[in-house]
Amino acid sequence: MELHDVWFALIAVLWIGYFFLEGFDFGIGILTKLLARGEAERRVLINTVGPVWDGNEVWLLTAGGATFAAFPVWYATLFSGFYLPLLAILVCLIVRVVAFEYRGKRDDAQWKRNWEHALFWTSLLPAFLWGVAFANIVHGVKIDTEGEYAGTVLDLLNPYALLGGLVTLTLFTFHGAVFAALKTRGDIRDRARTLAGRAGLATAGLALVFLLWTQTSGGNVRSLVALVLTVAALLGALAANQRAREGWAFALSGVTVAGAVAMLFLALYPDVMPSSLNTAWSLTVSNASSSTYTLTVMTWVAAIMTPVVLLYQGWTYWVFRKRIGVEHIPAA
Amino acid sequence: MELALAQETVARWQFGITTVYHFLFVPLTISLAFLVAGLQTAWVRTGKDKYFKATRFWGKLFLINVAMGVATGIVQEFQFGMNWSAYSKFVGDVFGAPLAMEALLAFFFESTFIGLWIFGWDKLPRKIHLACIWLVAIGTFLSAYFILAANSWMQHPVGYEVNEVTGRAELNDIAAVLFQKTTLVVVFHTLTATFLTGGAFMIGIAAYQLRRASKAAKPDTPGRIAAMRTSLRLGLVTVVIAGLGTAVSGDALAKVMYEQQPMKMAAAEALWETEESAPFSLFAYGDVDEGRNTVEVEIPGVLSYLAKGDFTSAVPGISTVEALEKAKYGDLADDYKPNIPTAYWSFRWMIGFGMASFAIGLAGLWLTRQKRWLAAGKRRGEDEVPLLTLTPNRELGPTLNTWAWRLAVLTMGFPLVANSFGWIFTEMGRQPWSVYGLMTTADAVSPGVSVAEQITSLSVFTALYAVLAVVEVRLLVKYAKAGPVDELPPPEVPSLRGPSADEDTDRPMTFAY
Repeated sequence: MELHDVWFALIAVLWIGYFFLEGFDFGIGILTKLLARGEAERRVLINTVGPVWDGNEVWLLTAGGATFAAFPVWYATLFSGFYLPLLAILVCLIVRVVAFEYRGKRDDAQWKRNWEHALFWTSLLPAFLWGVAFANIVHGVKIDTEGEYAGTVLDLLNPYALLGGLVTLTLFTFHGAVFAALKTRGDIRDRARTLAGRAGLATAGLALVFLLWTQTSGGNVRSLVALVLTVAALLGALAANQRAREGWAFALSGVTVAGAVAMLFLALYPDVMPSSLNTAWSLTVSNASSSTYTLTVMTWVAAIMTPVVLLYQGWTYWVFRKRIGVEHIPAA
Repeated sequence: MELALAQETVARWQFGITTVYHFLFVPLTISLAFLVAGLQTAWVRTGKDKYFKATRFWGKLFLINVAMGVATGIVQEFQFGMNWSAYSKFVGDVFGAPLAMEALLAFFFESTFIGLWIFGWDKLPRKIHLACIWLVAIGTFLSAYFILAANSWMQHPVGYEVNEVTGRAELNDIAAVLFQKTTLVVVFHTLTATFLTGGAFMIGIAAYQLRRASKAAKPDTPGRIAAMRTSLRLGLVTVVIAGLGTAVSGDALAKVMYEQQPMKMAAAEALWETEESAPFSLFAYGDVDEGRNTVEVEIPGVLSYLAKGDFTSAVPGISTVEALEKAKYGDLADDYKPNIPTAYWSFRWMIGFGMASFAIGLAGLWLTRQKRWLAAGKRRGEDEVPLLTLTPNRELGPTLNTWAWRLAVLTMGFPLVANSFGWIFTEMGRQPWSVYGLMTTADAVSPGVSVAEQITSLSVFTALYAVLAVVEVRLLVKYAKAGPVDELPPPEVPSLRGPSADEDTDRPMTFAY
């Protein structure tokens, strides 16, 4: 195993971290319209991720920065190629930060409503678009001999990719609902479980088709293992949710997210962006990666810092471990 | 060719707009993080109400700013790949490393501990909660350090070699990139400018509050004046120290730049021909095409001093440097000159606005000086608005007094203008290079992205940023006008375990979104 393989795995870990964490806070954003009844419940939901959503989002910035450092060619081709979808995601993430922070800063119903609409859509759209993007990466896009994306934005909206988008959208909604059931109390907690059950069933149907499609079109033994694990975790999460074992349900929905992302990366390897025009033009872990020196430096930094980050982020979740109910919401 | 040119132009406009905009929030975030941490430390140590009120008040304004800084920072991480993919491929091996380190070391730090600080007032023991804001502050500093190291590498590439096979720059000395002289001086200059910005922000808002309180008929919210007096003094002291720092570091940076990018500095002075005992130009109006100035106002010898540290050394002029660069790098479609009027004027606006705040800070410090310097009749208590006194016995007349307070409010904006021009100067002064001597900006753009896509992106970001600017400024004004709120400190939480399960579990949160 060479250093660029290690970095491929590390990038996968960063994306797993991102989708595991931001996955449920995207879900929470979506649930503010699907689950919450009234202002107090909406605030309950938002505050379940209040102290942590910002830290969750940094996993994306780290994945971006790490890709830049470890696989500059991948970074350059991916973000210039998927230009407009990425633009849409960035706009959503920008507005979303502001929506979280500014919603409660004025005691004005219209102001709050506007930011709530913003929070809903800017959670829903990226949840969908990330699936579209990753499905395209795994499936391969038109990469020319120069390593540039030669397709159009419409090429990115193919059936497989759209299905991928629906999978991440439903999966994150499920993950978010399970998280809401774990972190709230009172009436909303029971309704979160019911909704999680429905979202989980929808996820199961869509994910099964998508993952089998991925497996048959470009899978291998390792990705098959991940597929089985993912489906088992999803069913387990559904069962635990049914029995109101919320901790287990959340752990297993987390494994589902991690397993699905892992499966995509396993199906992708050793390519990082396969070319659908000519396999010889595909970007791979070896032709897209940085020099050994850079990878060595970055390996040291990552090896020291990642555990530290996990430790203090984990501590944050522990500090804010208490369930939140409407009675905890202070007046505006 | 025409299309390629347009692509570069659009990409540069987007980078310029998004970066200058982002950097309105960055310096406020960095400096306010440290200033709030300082105020909170004072509160934890002394228990004085004025420090608590000031911490809470500036903390709110700080958070309104942080949100914008975080939001606009997201684009920065990705637009290299979107609009500058040729650049990203060529330099990613070197340039990506500090960016990734910034995310791993700084972003996680800031974002995690800021969540703990916002929501942790009643959940964490006081000292741990205080540690959180210090960690946020350290995170903002680290973040600035890494990104400035990356930028310094573009100004003066070191610690790399170009791989002949792949045609990409490859890192071979990370320490050289992180600790080269350019990086250290730039960090010093940017950080001092950052504190100048935060200090001026404090002066402006505290002055507004105090002026209003002095004119109000009814008694003020208890403790508000004390908190704002302390803030005003803290802002003034910060501005004076930071102002001196920017001057010293700016001088050092100019000397480094004369060595590394003589063209930038020649452009900053609109100095066309090499001159011995070169003068510092105060005003110039010239004809760029003909390479001369028609009107000039100058101070003799000062430029030589800025560049080399004595009043007689020769300073290379634009034409001289251009001939040298042509000989070194060959002919270029464009030429090796940046836009001279932009470089010349942005350099002056940077210095002018920065030093104006410094001067106002110095004057403010004198006018509001401590009690023991003043005659007994002029002294004011903690809960009174300070008198602006010129000599121990004489206060400012009514007109001067009004203008002094107004100017104090105005000074808030000066460092923001100075910072923006500073970046415009250093980035535009490096043109036509994106990495000095290594890659031109024209070669750095994404070959696969269409101009239509770029224009979409540019318009979307500009429109979005304009709307957000209105929203954030109105919010800042609202909270700045409201002033410190009369509230009690949260109860002390004795242990890290937080309130136990049976103990007041239904108590509302101190802070919630």
